[in-house]
Amino acid sequence: MEWDALLLSRLQFAFTIGWHIIFPSFTIGLASFLAVLEGLWLFTKKPIYKNLYLFWVKIFAISFGMGVVSGVVMSYQFGTNWSVFSEHVGSVIGPLLAYEVLTAFFLEASFLGIMLFGWKRVGPGLHFFSTCMVAIGTLISAFWILAANSWMQTPQGFAFAEDGTMVATNFAEVIFNPSMPSRLAHMVLAAFLTTAMVVAGASAFALLSKKALAESRVALRMAVLMMALVTPVQIMVGHESGVVAGEHQPAKVAALEGWWTTRTQQPTVLIGWPDEEAERNHFELSMPGLGSAVNNAGPDDVLPGLDSFAPEDRPPVWIVFWAFRVMVAMGVAMLALGVWGAGAWALKRLDTSRWYHRALVLAAPSGFVAVLAGWITAEVGRQPFVVYGVMRTADAVSPVSAASVATSLLFFIVTYAIVFSAGALYILRLMGKGPDTDEAPPTSDQPPGSPIAAGVKEA
Amino acid sequence: MVFGAELSMIWAVLIAVAVFLYVALDGFDLGVGILFPFAKDTRERDQMQSAIAPVWDGNETWLVLGGGGLFAAFPKAYAALMPALYLPIYLMLLALIFRGVAFEFRHHGRGAGKKWWTFAFSAGSIVAAVAQGLVLGGFIQGVSIGADGQFAGGALDWLTPFSLLVAASLVAGYALLGACWMVFKTRGELYERARNWVKQLAVLTALAMGAVSLATLGVDPRVTARWGLTMTSVDWPVFAKLAPLPLIAGAVCFALWRRWKGEPLIAPYLLAVGLFAVGYIGLAVSLFPYIVPFAMTPADAAAADNALEFMLWGAAPMLPLILAYTAYVYWTFRAKVDDDAAYH
Repeated sequence: MEWDALLLSRLQFAFTIGWHIIFPSFTIGLASFLAVLEGLWLFTKKPIYKNLYLFWVKIFAISFGMGVVSGVVMSYQFGTNWSVFSEHVGSVIGPLLAYEVLTAFFLEASFLGIMLFGWKRVGPGLHFFSTCMVAIGTLISAFWILAANSWMQTPQGFAFAEDGTMVATNFAEVIFNPSMPSRLAHMVLAAFLTTAMVVAGASAFALLSKKALAESRVALRMAVLMMALVTPVQIMVGHESGVVAGEHQPAKVAALEGWWTTRTQQPTVLIGWPDEEAERNHFELSMPGLGSAVNNAGPDDVLPGLDSFAPEDRPPVWIVFWAFRVMVAMGVAMLALGVWGAGAWALKRLDTSRWYHRALVLAAPSGFVAVLAGWITAEVGRQPFVVYGVMRTADAVSPVSAASVATSLLFFIVTYAIVFSAGALYILRLMGKGPDTDEAPPTSDQPPGSPIAAGVKEA
Repeated sequence: MVFGAELSMIWAVLIAVAVFLYVALDGFDLGVGILFPFAKDTRERDQMQSAIAPVWDGNETWLVLGGGGLFAAFPKAYAALMPALYLPIYLMLLALIFRGVAFEFRHHGRGAGKKWWTFAFSAGSIVAAVAQGLVLGGFIQGVSIGADGQFAGGALDWLTPFSLLVAASLVAGYALLGACWMVFKTRGELYERARNWVKQLAVLTALAMGAVSLATLGVDPRVTARWGLTMTSVDWPVFAKLAPLPLIAGAVCFALWRRWKGEPLIAPYLLAVGLFAVGYIGLAVSLFPYIVPFAMTPADAAAADNALEFMLWGAAPMLPLILAYTAYVYWTFRAKVDDDAAYH
């Protein structure tokens, strides 16, 4: 491995987008959660919802701020580090990113001002409208960025101009490329689940430390509902996304499944240690034939293994293989916690099961881990191409010096370490404090209509 | 291709407008950060920050539109300029990170933490302004481009006395915008202090703009010719047409220096924006028709016609809408900030 501008630029992109993606995946879900809370407050007039809104909006402000600044970086990186890529695909995906700015960024940024600072300046209706605009803005943003990214995964609707650059032949085909619908759904649901896990963890922590009991019980129920209902849907959508990848990016699927040989009846490899030299998995634990079935293939269908691709056309197998397993493990954990929570709810033990609360606190970051692992699976799985099958990453890099990239990378590491640990500290501090309540605990800790008498006596 | 050339010119104007709006709007945010060290105490700094907190994020989005728009509409210019200005652009981005998070973090920090974020806000603003000046200077003096249209120079090509001069001038100009915004948004002692800042910074900015204007004439003979000037002679008919620009700039600086009295208090800020507009037009006149100075015109650098057209369908309805709700947000927060300016 040579520490040239290419490798350093790849590291830098992975590092900066890896940090960046954490924030939108949290704020997309949190913005919708806030809109629901404020709507419920306006509709029911119950102060619990207002208290929850005012608590989570503070955490939103910190996360959104970090998402904005790390996102501004992304919008310049295409040019600074990947100028050949920019020149060649600018006419195709540039407009998608321009639409993101025009339709989403300004909407979010403008109404964020009212959302955060307008509580006493505008009426409740208009404040709610602003919250909704911010939430819608985050979703529109996800639409465009996933359209652009999915086009890089499954490009279509373009042709080459005389000078070798790409031009769109049909923008509808570019936007609605084959992997876009399932990848967008997968990402948005991931964002909702990420938020649900954080809300559940923070609420469970508050219940464990006996703070803001009424608010925490309501928030816990909302989070458990989200987990229990959305995780199964997410697993199906993820499966669909995998099937689309199988059709369009077989090398990626072979790598994430750990299939080295092309054959019928591919296995499901549960665990193993992929070895690119030996072209096999060490310590493999697998279930024969199940892999083909999971990928919607019949018993006689031949599915390509990595041996169908020249070594220089294969993604780094180890990373993709393991990132995929981490993502799936997180999904299974969320499913289990959703089922456990739904069961506890049905048995009226949701507020008292301390083991469940502890598990939720432990699982609070699971959404982030899943999103990062999923992103690594998708992006590293696309390698060695930047535009799958069309343009190699190695051909996309800017003519800049390795020293320049190394310098900027070093500064990014230092800056992000300072900024994001401070942000995490402030968020955790807020979470530790819990929501401000109008009621004086612990005497009036009974949420309306909730059968928690047993729990209160116990406590 | 006539239509294509017109399309690319429309987009060149749109991006130029986006960049100008960024400078006029985030310029006062950065200016407030630049003036932070001169505030009397924490309470004043809180007031200064409250005067920009609800709008800074929207202001900064114009920078994203400028960068994203350049990528989308002029990928060849974007691909040539960004690697050439690699280090100052990253310097700007890193500084904007500190500046941006400090808006939130200052409220949450305790003791040393708050002090650090106060410093980070100010230093981030100053460094971002310097870096933008270096980018602008590096842009004006042009970049070396190879036969493949890609950057072909060295990592430090942008670092010249000229770009350093532009950077220093931009810091002064942003500080002027920030001071004028303070006149508009604050009261009491801070308001009086801001009045004095405007007076001093008007002089400083006038000197800086004059120096940059003269230095720009020396960047390339084509610029001097555009203004009808050579080392030894003046082509009066050509120069006369452009002479109003420096004259207006001088008059605006004088008005700001005289201490603009009376109402409305937004007047100093609008005058300062006018000053930037004059400088901006002067620059556009000097560099026209290049989008990468002396190397690429908008038509050379443009994306495919259908991409420009597709984006125009979005920009035509969206830009007026964006301006409308941006104006509404400013209207919502039109009042002067109070001493106890409430957060959230």
